[in-house]
Amino acid sequence: MTYIGKSGSRAARFSLLSLASLLPSLARADSIFAPAGPVARGDTLILLDSLVIMLAIVIPTMIVTLAFAWWYRASNTRAVYRPEFTYSGKIELVVWSIPALTIFFLGGVIWIGSQKLDPFAPLPSTEKPLEIEAVSFDWKWLFIYPEQNIASVNQLVIPVGRPLHFRITSASVFNVFFVPRLGSMIYAMNGMVTQLNLQADQPGKYLGLSAHFSGDGFPDMKFDSIAVPPAQFADWVAGANGAPLDRAAVDGLLKQSVATKPYTYRGIDPALFGAIAAQKVPPGEGPQEGRGGPGTQNVVPRGGKP
Amino acid sequence: MFGKLGWDAIPFDQPVPLIAGAVVVLAVLGILAWIVVKGWARYLWKEWITSVDHKHIGIMYILLGLLMLLRGFIDAIMMRAQQAVAFHAPGYLPPEHYDQVFSAHGTIMILFGAMPLIIGLMNFVVPLQLGVRDVAFPTLNSVSFWLTATGALLVNLSLVIGEFARTGWLPYPPLSELRYSPGVGVDYYLWSLQISGIGTLLTGINFVTTILKLRAPGMTYLRMPMFCWTSLASCLLIVAAFPVLTASLAMLTLDRYLDFHFFTNEAGGNAMMFVNLIWAWGHPEVYILVLPAFGIFSEVISTFSSKPLFGYRSMVAATLFICIVSFCVWLHHFFTMGAGGDVNAVFGIASSIIAVGTGVKIYNWLFTMYGGRIRFTTPMLWSLGFMTTFITGGLTGVLLAVPPADFLLHNSMFLVAHFHHVIVAGVVFAVMAAITYWWPKAFGFRLHEGWGEAAFWFAFVGFYVTFMPLYWVGILGMTRRLQHYDVAEWRPWLLISAAGVAILIVGVACQVIQLVVSYLRRNELRDTTGDPWDGRTLEWATSSPPPVYNFAVLPQVKDAEVYWEVKQRAFERERMPEEPDYEPIEMPRNSPTGVVCAFFATIVGFALIWHIWWMMIVGLVGAYATFVVFAWRDVPEYVIPAEEVARLDRENRAIRQRVLSGEAWA
Repeated sequence: MTYIGKSGSRAARFSLLSLASLLPSLARADSIFAPAGPVARGDTLILLDSLVIMLAIVIPTMIVTLAFAWWYRASNTRAVYRPEFTYSGKIELVVWSIPALTIFFLGGVIWIGSQKLDPFAPLPSTEKPLEIEAVSFDWKWLFIYPEQNIASVNQLVIPVGRPLHFRITSASVFNVFFVPRLGSMIYAMNGMVTQLNLQADQPGKYLGLSAHFSGDGFPDMKFDSIAVPPAQFADWVAGANGAPLDRAAVDGLLKQSVATKPYTYRGIDPALFGAIAAQKVPPGEGPQEGRGGPGTQNVVPRGGKP
Repeated sequence: MFGKLGWDAIPFDQPVPLIAGAVVVLAVLGILAWIVVKGWARYLWKEWITSVDHKHIGIMYILLGLLMLLRGFIDAIMMRAQQAVAFHAPGYLPPEHYDQVFSAHGTIMILFGAMPLIIGLMNFVVPLQLGVRDVAFPTLNSVSFWLTATGALLVNLSLVIGEFARTGWLPYPPLSELRYSPGVGVDYYLWSLQISGIGTLLTGINFVTTILKLRAPGMTYLRMPMFCWTSLASCLLIVAAFPVLTASLAMLTLDRYLDFHFFTNEAGGNAMMFVNLIWAWGHPEVYILVLPAFGIFSEVISTFSSKPLFGYRSMVAATLFICIVSFCVWLHHFFTMGAGGDVNAVFGIASSIIAVGTGVKIYNWLFTMYGGRIRFTTPMLWSLGFMTTFITGGLTGVLLAVPPADFLLHNSMFLVAHFHHVIVAGVVFAVMAAITYWWPKAFGFRLHEGWGEAAFWFAFVGFYVTFMPLYWVGILGMTRRLQHYDVAEWRPWLLISAAGVAILIVGVACQVIQLVVSYLRRNELRDTTGDPWDGRTLEWATSSPPPVYNFAVLPQVKDAEVYWEVKQRAFERERMPEEPDYEPIEMPRNSPTGVVCAFFATIVGFALIWHIWWMMIVGLVGAYATFVVFAWRDVPEYVIPAEEVARLDRENRAIRQRVLSGEAWA
């Protein structure tokens, strides 16, 4: 079973996916049922497979529950009262077997899905993956393109059709890197580097966000993930200007703030990501007095003063 | 002198918490004044506050739980309202307030709403079902309750003095460390949970001991009612899991107070350790809540189907199976931290295996109804609502246990919808069923059926209208805890969800009206027989409300359906069994130890939160002195003479004899 790559070619799965995409508002929204890449397709497929497997016993069980409750109502004189019917070895065998077999089946799906869709596992492709280093700050995302010698804040521009290899860490608190239409999310954690392999199959602008609460500016920790054809990506790289991303720039990012407009850096200190991950760059400094975060009108944390 | 405490601790600049706090303070003062004017203070002190009677403690637990459920519900209304309006707009709650609201909502609902309700029901029901006079350690039981109340008090104090945590209900470091949360919010969280956590642990020990050691003569393990089994499983989980909570919160406390580095970003701290530890408690915690709920449904479905529970031994096995497996699944809360395919797969499969135990229970309830004579009373409606709703809640839970699906849904509104689905339909529906079911036993009159049914239908429909849209908005990529957003596709669903909350408000109102109406019409709803539902377990063998000693003579148990058998024999012979030989009964004396201890615990907690060190020492000395005074008491028990026992029991027997001689049942 391959969930990545050419999955979706099998008729049954394909029809499931296309069934889901018929539902209203899906095509426009950043629905996880509108996958725009192989990882998202794999995840969604496993989700729908599991759903169908479980519905196969859940729906009959619900119907039987309502049917039994209705038929054996006290006022129904045709229902046979059997107060002594309290144990049946055969029924017990069946009631343990039905959920056990379902979970046995589902366990296989879980096992294979976890292996094939491990976020750390490289995607099958002839192309060399594009390396991206993502760092979460309070409250913005920094995307470093080490091979292109540029970096971008709150905007992730990616070439369509080429695998992406992310290395992700945090310069302050926990966050989660997540682009729903590209698939799997993964935590950004200070002092640790997680990896994620994604790929976009179609051009488009996808919602990107943090899926773990990180403080007052959390709702604004979102970014546009823009998938463009490779030539356009090269143009964007060539045109990405800005100050160099050095320690001074990072010190600015470490202060709590929200980036309302995305911007870029040109000229990257290649050791920077490693230095943040290894905590050689001190972590974000947190709320300062009179600066509780964006939109908070200089709220002092109560009881914060010694 | 007062540590960090100053006038700036009161949110004069924030009208919402200030007005809310003022209303609560005025309400409390008003009630206190009312009590004093009416001259009830002495009665309350003697019969309730210092009571060590498990029935009174249980009722106080339930009252506390219901109040906190209301507080948490108000938080919920505020959140749904905020998300309904905060589209391309800041809404009416600024982030630092909204963040407190969702943190307080989760903390209060789980630890000060659901836990006291479940523990309160255990308190009231378990000793009665076991056929005994009280729990193993009655005074300790009172201490447990009052420490829980202390925790609840501290959480609510944070509304007016200072702030509550802005970290979510589980304060993940580094966000909860001093650097990112310099205020007192996390300290309020830590100390209220530590203090109430001690109370919960003591409850666990108390009930494990009670169930293992104090049962009526002849009540072997496999003759215990299902609710006692699930309570035992739940308390075993408490004893195993709560020390983990205490330890992990203690480490975070050391980080914040004494510059330790367990979970900090610097000096080798590792925040992931906290995540591991807190979920090693957090996952069993949901089974601590839901196992007794399963027990309640077992009792209710069996009683109102007029049949013994189907597959009793299988149900016991499924309970213990869930109890054990629930300890092996905590990693599914962080599949997305990159544990790797093998680890994720193992924990994913372990998590979904729990569904086997739950599935078995559903099918056994199904076959309990099969061949039954089902009476659709309010408790039965809640139970049927649970059965149909919980199945799909379990389904979405297993979906989240599938790692690749979780990679899309972790921390999303889908997750929010899922755990509300199982906790509301599992725990809240169970508590509502249980309160209606055992109310006549506790107070001697039944609750009004019409208002109860109305409350059920509004809650049932309101639940679906509120939470189904949240599933969908999660599928549309919405993550939880957003104070504002600008994705147009999310908006309609959040508006529908807000409308659902309006339906839920009507349901809650019906529930409150039900209590008032039932109280006003208590004489026509009177339960004179002590057995209003044609029950099957021992609590229905005694009068409603039961005498302080529960049973005049401890029942002899010869069967799993002991009271049912006795009742059937009595019906056949149309008379009560022979009058037993009455003996004097020794009961534990009431003691103010619990409430005094909690008073000092409150002082200690408050002092620690605000760094008022002298006050902390005063509190600690006071608490220790309370313990010494209690340990040196001279007379721990008092005796109820045999004549008094005989007089009360003959009244009860006379009523039941009238029923047997052909007058209408109940």
